[in-house]
Amino acid sequence: MASEFRLPALGADMDAGTIVAWQVAPGSRVKRGDVVAVVETDKGAIDVEIFEDGVVREIVVPVGQKVAVGTVLARLDAEGEAAGSAPAGPRAKVSPAARRRAHELGVEVESLQGSGADGAITLADVERAAGAAVASQAPALEEPATLAPQGAVSTTGVPADSRASMRAAIASAMSRSKREIPHYYLSTTVDVTTATEWLAAHNAAVPVTERLLFAALLVKALALTCRETPGFSGFHRDGRYEESPAVHVGVAVALRGGGLVAPAIMNTADQSLPALMTAMRELVARARAGRLRASELAAPTIVLTSLGEDSVDVVFPIIQPPQVAIVGAGTVVERPWVVEGKILPRQLVTLSLGADHRVTDGRLGAQFMSKLVRKLGDPATL
Amino acid sequence: MDREELSKRVLDLLTEIAPDVDPASVIPGVAFRDQFDFDSMDTLNFAIALHRELGVEVPESDYAKLASLEKCVAYLAERVS
Repeated sequence: MASEFRLPALGADMDAGTIVAWQVAPGSRVKRGDVVAVVETDKGAIDVEIFEDGVVREIVVPVGQKVAVGTVLARLDAEGEAAGSAPAGPRAKVSPAARRRAHELGVEVESLQGSGADGAITLADVERAAGAAVASQAPALEEPATLAPQGAVSTTGVPADSRASMRAAIASAMSRSKREIPHYYLSTTVDVTTATEWLAAHNAAVPVTERLLFAALLVKALALTCRETPGFSGFHRDGRYEESPAVHVGVAVALRGGGLVAPAIMNTADQSLPALMTAMRELVARARAGRLRASELAAPTIVLTSLGEDSVDVVFPIIQPPQVAIVGAGTVVERPWVVEGKILPRQLVTLSLGADHRVTDGRLGAQFMSKLVRKLGDPATL
Repeated sequence: MDREELSKRVLDLLTEIAPDVDPASVIPGVAFRDQFDFDSMDTLNFAIALHRELGVEVPESDYAKLASLEKCVAYLAERVS
């Protein structure tokens, strides 16, 4: 039976995309996780992956055409199957939430093995399939030179006209957030001297390629905190909150010349610090070159926005719907701090949380932040 | 390698790690950070590229010496044969 490859949604506010290149042709054999098309969107040119194995039967939408999310882009035959000859199996049971998420992530639900009652396909199955697809093609760090697109896409990042549409997409998402999400904000200033000293010692002892940034510690600590404290990593849709079974921390990446994207590091809590660092370096490079993957943009369950060096003390972050929380980190600065009755110069950072009051209250938010702070204080365990 | 060649190599590496930067626009005496928001991730990628392409391992404590094109060339000139 032929299956359909549709344009996946890449977040709350994407409703269309333009095909700029096909990486496959009729007869091409594809594996789950292969990039099959490049689509120009509000978020730059995006590599769109396929989520099942098969052979391309037909390209439906030609290069240059702009189509709505959900449009059939191509048709596939299952591997080893004569076109149209396979009998249609019984229809898989799929929960509505799983079906919706599958649609967003571009996962073909019918191809999944369900783990729920009576073999029903659950949200967790869908998330796992999307995560596995990304993990299976997670590259060993590519040489940056090979990051340049092969096709029709500009190598100098996001072109000017899509800057404007990216601005419009940010405006739309942030307006929706401020309209719909009753944010509450918490912030706390933390002495991270232990963490920065640990980092400096680590970085002095390893080759340059294995050095870590403070942001990697933050990402890992945040992911572990999310796993321990439900209510912050998931999605609020149709009037209810659903915790994501896997934590995919989105990392806000500012683009030079304006604009912002927050692609996910998949299964963040399960990755070692060196693996996270590699993933972050690779993600930032591709975000700036305008070459993110569809699954990375749709996946974040919570976002970290880290303002980096020489910036401000504190950020009051705005949640990206349908997520329910976002954590910000200001610049790490040396300031006077009282330690055991003495005023000492210490490395300080102010962490902030923007969270959805429909899902959690300040008390739980404060516990969440306390756990995050404790984890940062013990970097060797991250 | 003379300074002119070093400067060209550095610019090549710079645009490789930051493809959104126009090499013709780089002002040698102004910090990368002030010219195009070079951040800690860019600096790390730059250090890795210098190691890969020129064989120079720059310790973290020397990152400040890579802050601008001018400084980079001066730093590397002492270390590249």
